[in-house]
Amino acid sequence: MREIPFDTAVIGGGAAGMAAALEVRARGHRVCIVERDDELGGILLQCIHNGFGLHEFREDLTGPEYAGRAIREVAESEITIFTRTTVSEIASHGGGRELTCYSAENGVVKIASRAIVLAMGCRERNRGNLRIPGSRPAGVFTAGLAQRLINMEGYVPGRDFVIIGSGDIGLIMARRLQWLGCRVHAVIEIMPYPSGLTRNIVQCLNDFSIPLYLNHVVSRIHGSGRVTGVDVTPVPGGVPNPAGEFHIPCDTILLSVGLIPENELSKAAGVEITTETNGPVVDATMMTSAEGIFATGNVLHVHDLVDNVTEESRLTGGFVADYLAGLRPARQIRVRPGSNVRSITPARVDPLRANRLYLRPLIVKNNAALVLSAGGRQIRRIMKSHVQPSEMISVNLRAVDLADLAPDTVLELSIT
Amino acid sequence: MKGTYDVLIIGAGVSGANIARTLSRYALDVALVDKECEVSFGTSKSNSGIIHAAFHHDSRHLKARLEIQGNLMFDRLQKELGFPFRRCGILVVATHNDEMKAIGQLYSRGVENGSIGIEMCSRERMLQLEPKLSPDVLGGLHAPIGGIIEPYRFVFCLVESARKNGVELLTEFKVSAGRLDDGAWSVSAEDGRTISARYVVNAAGLFADEVSRAFDAESFSIRPRKGEYFLLDRSTPACPSKVLFPVPTHNSKGVLVIPTVEGTVLVGPTAQDVEDKTDLSTTAEQLEKIFDYAKRLVPGISQADVITSFAGLRPALPDEDFFIDFSRVVPRLVQVAGIQSPGLTASPAVGEYVKDLLKKAGVAMVEKKDFDPTIDRVPRLREASAWEAEGLIRGDRAYGNIVCRCEKVSEAEVVAAIRKGHTTLDGIKYFTRAGMGRCQGGFCTSRVLTILMRETGLSFDQITKKGKGSAILQGRL
Repeated sequence: MREIPFDTAVIGGGAAGMAAALEVRARGHRVCIVERDDELGGILLQCIHNGFGLHEFREDLTGPEYAGRAIREVAESEITIFTRTTVSEIASHGGGRELTCYSAENGVVKIASRAIVLAMGCRERNRGNLRIPGSRPAGVFTAGLAQRLINMEGYVPGRDFVIIGSGDIGLIMARRLQWLGCRVHAVIEIMPYPSGLTRNIVQCLNDFSIPLYLNHVVSRIHGSGRVTGVDVTPVPGGVPNPAGEFHIPCDTILLSVGLIPENELSKAAGVEITTETNGPVVDATMMTSAEGIFATGNVLHVHDLVDNVTEESRLTGGFVADYLAGLRPARQIRVRPGSNVRSITPARVDPLRANRLYLRPLIVKNNAALVLSAGGRQIRRIMKSHVQPSEMISVNLRAVDLADLAPDTVLELSIT
Repeated sequence: MKGTYDVLIIGAGVSGANIARTLSRYALDVALVDKECEVSFGTSKSNSGIIHAAFHHDSRHLKARLEIQGNLMFDRLQKELGFPFRRCGILVVATHNDEMKAIGQLYSRGVENGSIGIEMCSRERMLQLEPKLSPDVLGGLHAPIGGIIEPYRFVFCLVESARKNGVELLTEFKVSAGRLDDGAWSVSAEDGRTISARYVVNAAGLFADEVSRAFDAESFSIRPRKGEYFLLDRSTPACPSKVLFPVPTHNSKGVLVIPTVEGTVLVGPTAQDVEDKTDLSTTAEQLEKIFDYAKRLVPGISQADVITSFAGLRPALPDEDFFIDFSRVVPRLVQVAGIQSPGLTASPAVGEYVKDLLKKAGVAMVEKKDFDPTIDRVPRLREASAWEAEGLIRGDRAYGNIVCRCEKVSEAEVVAAIRKGHTTLDGIKYFTRAGMGRCQGGFCTSRVLTILMRETGLSFDQITKKGKGSAILQGRL
């Protein structure tokens, strides 16, 4: 069994892992990326549509193009890459950590490292999580699985589709399927508003006249061998109205009903997880409750845009390098979600520097005010022309906003 | 296919598989047929996976006598075949005073039936045996010989062992008629295949009544009784260490909380008589009920831990007992019908019982000298330590390629499943657990499809979830 030492081991070679690794490497530390797939790039590789990189590169790129830029940078750096390698365990090891990794090529490899970056991304919620009643035929796929089958393996999973949930991957797939000559008969969303980005509603549904049923659920799946159809029930105000039930024949169901940060490995390593994001609780430097273990990207909280993942992970990489150099914040101040805010990541700030926070709102609102306060005293007010739960809000807190706060202050961020 | 078999067994569920394996000890030509494309795809795949402890049923019932006999046969079978099985013990939980009376009756019945070590328990003893129990518990019953098993893996092992010892398996053989022809049964399938056999065993589960009619034998009717279940993730804090039963009602043993051998938790089943023998649908109302009941046993159970739900059908006869005997209407047909709970527990004894019936009827049971009770084990990566994994990967590099991350299943195990004849996605799932974890195949499905096509040479449109009519992919770019 081989044992290899590094300063930092990054678990996951998607957008988050690559951005964090590049930053740690740029600061002169020995870094490796452990990736379970055949190559770096993560989920971006199956996202062959455009819309990536508008913030990061001021260009409109496809997923593989966006990934390609980071992959090239990684190749030109001195980052060690383990592909087709799965991490099975994170253990404590002489002041640092030790990863147990499996691969066909190298067998079991132990990677000893002073710092770990969790960048495993997320998985899709599935039928079981939703507890959709009915039979269990072939033809029920999560949207991301269908995307992989089509865009990477070259197989068409069905002909007549109903998409449950209006998450972005489902919307993108609706358009992809229409282009393939398949028919998408409906998108069914339980909430009164779509859960995907507005631009995707317009470009992927409206442009193809695909009906979006808000306030509706699929109440039953039919079919013994293969799906034959679904029953759809209106749920106005969250209350089912069985009288309004109708049937849509279809042979395939796609589920686009949310993502869950993939934290089984983190939990097993003793990392504390918050139910607000299903990701680790992190401090102002993205360090989890476990010393030396950092988290970034979708494993930390589900992002809306990959550009935000890259930005956040670059910051994380910087914090990891600081940690390796022995630099830690002198003190940190807690930030908690106030009115109409679902989550804030990170939930601590370092008052001696600028801090970038990512928020998820609970409401849809035009001309919303983002209010930072402490003990009822308003510190700052930032106007946003529009907020909605599907779109992440990033906000910069300047050191000047945080000066002169008592050490036990709890900051609050609200949307009004 | 041979000219004339000595015995033809219809139905490769847990009953048929045990009968086949028992008969494979003897110098007999035996065929096992099933209408599905893989074995154990009926009632034997979706049930509670419990080895019962012989206190539910009165010994006047055949099923009670076979239950205790079957229970005691599992240790040896596990040693020979290596399927997942553990005697974790069963608790029956009383939460009302009047239920304690019923507990007393169960205890007496258990003692009478020979349930080894059965004991009545105070509230304190119950909570000591199972700290996850509701604090509302008043007392109960503890049956240490009860256990848990992976039912489909049990059937897979039995069939593999039977085949290793000469039993011939024919799948997608849906029996349409049986005719007596020159002293032997000529049994034909819907697709036109015909098998000739001196004796036939009808172990067709839910369809035993239809098979019986196809042989012009007894007219009885199997009533499907549906049970719906939830499966909870292995990370649930509500995982008990023993099987938890409520006090039973007249037609069911109630909604249970079951720790599975593989670390997940099963809650269910409901009990609902239905008409359609193919109706495996779950319903919102029944699933709600399951949680209401289960929470009375273990308050920590949460819907947030659900990874999937499913339903199974119990093949019940009107008198609720097993019917295992020679047909009184036609010759040389053994009926094995009404094998509902505790059918899984009783199944090894059912195998012996049917063998004895055949022996009494004059079938010569000559033990084979070369009978091999063991089968090749497939090492599981998730059960291996890092050092053992290193050895496995050195022996077969495919052990280093993890296909299902939730259940830690390697490519080597998927390949082994395929080589043992599991060529559907469900078959591979039941054999390896790939796709059974929290992501429910979101990650592994495309990888398993690729391996399956590579290993079998099947084209994309021939790959199914569970046989004919369940194709996964519909086109190619």
